[in-house]
Amino acid sequence: MSGAEIELLELSAARAIAEIEAGSLSATELFALYRERALAHGGHSDGGLNCFTWIADVVPDGSRGPLAGVPLAVKDLFCTQGVPSQSGSRILEGYRPPYTATVVLRLTEAGATLLAKTNQDEFAMGSSNENSAFGAVLNPWDRGRVPGGSSGGSAAAVAAGLAPWALGTDTGGSIRQPAALCGIVGMKPTYGAVSRYGMIAFASSLDQAGPLTRDVTDAALLLRYMVGRDQFDSTSLKFPEPIELPQAERLDGVRLGVPAELLNPGEDLVGAEVEPSVRLAFEEALKQAEGLGATVQEIHLPHAPHALSAYYVIAPSEASSNLARFDGVRYGLRATDATDLLDMYTRTRHDGFGPEVKRRIMLGTYALSAGYYDAYYGRAQRVRTKIAEDFRAAFADVDFVVTPTSANVAFELGEKTANPWAMYLNDYFTVPMSLAGIPAISIPCGLSAEGDGGGPTGGGLPVGFQIAGAAFSENRLLNAAYALEQAIGFDGGAARA
Amino acid sequence: MVDREEVLHVARLARLALSEDELEPMARELSAVLDHIAKIGELDLADVPPTTHVVEITGRLRPDEPTECLPREVVLEQAPAVSDEGFLVPSPQA
Repeated sequence: MSGAEIELLELSAARAIAEIEAGSLSATELFALYRERALAHGGHSDGGLNCFTWIADVVPDGSRGPLAGVPLAVKDLFCTQGVPSQSGSRILEGYRPPYTATVVLRLTEAGATLLAKTNQDEFAMGSSNENSAFGAVLNPWDRGRVPGGSSGGSAAAVAAGLAPWALGTDTGGSIRQPAALCGIVGMKPTYGAVSRYGMIAFASSLDQAGPLTRDVTDAALLLRYMVGRDQFDSTSLKFPEPIELPQAERLDGVRLGVPAELLNPGEDLVGAEVEPSVRLAFEEALKQAEGLGATVQEIHLPHAPHALSAYYVIAPSEASSNLARFDGVRYGLRATDATDLLDMYTRTRHDGFGPEVKRRIMLGTYALSAGYYDAYYGRAQRVRTKIAEDFRAAFADVDFVVTPTSANVAFELGEKTANPWAMYLNDYFTVPMSLAGIPAISIPCGLSAEGDGGGPTGGGLPVGFQIAGAAFSENRLLNAAYALEQAIGFDGGAARA
Repeated sequence: MVDREEVLHVARLARLALSEDELEPMARELSAVLDHIAKIGELDLADVPPTTHVVEITGRLRPDEPTECLPREVVLEQAPAVSDEGFLVPSPQA
């Protein structure tokens, strides 16, 4: 790379927009640079990260609008007209949707240009991005490790500087956890803030689109053009106020609550214990927040330890229903030589779905089947009510709930694939917010220490700090995250090398 | 907890063919996950209403007006098999 290219690469999306508007940078030049980098480092061969499933073959002429033509990477599961959209699954092989997801349409109308589609866990089911029909995505901080999931391709691409910013989706942590493991910012908005129209559905009562970006300002800027009611998604809402760019420098008077139940899980949740390095970085960030004027107190979310169980009933149940549409009739893969219609359905689904998707379909179908509905789905939805009540009570005492985003730093490829529950535990800190429908953001708060704590902890890997607020508190949440981000001064440059 | 017969029953409900070598791991893994999930059975939830929507909104009706939809040929372009103006599927009588 030339010096000029390295300088371009150092620009956040917001700063690139400012330079384009000032006439000192051309959007076409920026797009070409990122496209070249995506082609060189984003593929599955030659030591690439395998973070893309499609890369634009032409450089657009430039684009008008407030996002000034800055390129955007979009998770595979967003339908994009004429562009492959497979949700990481073999069952949608060759699918080129005849329409575009509302959120992608809104962003392109605001001036974003489609650079690439990103690899993901199949149908967004996974926490390591190892469940993709396109193969695993590698973590740019350590290519022997996972980037997290399910938006692992988006997180790896942004962290490695192969895209300025990206769209992901979060059902139980699928934006926040990969953002944490890749050392970038990831935000899940309030449920209903962003239209789900054109997102290939996983669990409809939980799925939300959100930004994966280098910094908090970029997250706010992207989110600004994503939110709002859409006539094609009846659960979408008019956002009560415009999303502002964060400015806060201090956190005076801001009350942060650390949930005792999550930080010190009981013996029932072996495997969710916070790694020493993660705890250290988390506590360091709390001190930084106090230095900015915030107060930190212990709070209680009594039902939060049950969130994971409730989630792994609700999400697979909704998935088993949503994924019924993949039957080989209208699009994608069809098993050949079927004897009749039923045979065609069952064999197409056998051939097209990967092991984790089959497991979740089976789990959901079981939970919804006659005789089990009340014991599983009915109970899980009641637990969900209790979790939402816990958060409402907490927000009477504190402004934000803070946790590590993930109990661990990026783990090694293959380390957790043999034990589904060990993998599910990666969502321990992110699932409660998803069930409550509240917004949460993950920002990088440091790197793990070398050789710390034994076990699989690797040194020099990013740690994520999660901040969650009440429904529709996005502007306050972004301001708090921004102030803390400035104080922490995390440098993610090493991953862009 | 979940045995082979139950796996086959649920797979039939899910319209999912499972090969012989998928059955035992599926039974084992489903049982293990259900063991963890069973913890929510310990909570007293008798008077708790189930969540239907996490953010309080009132359902709004919209006028039921016909609008443009995708042209038939555009939709059929994605199909694995078509016949005349529809999706073609295997039939034992064909």
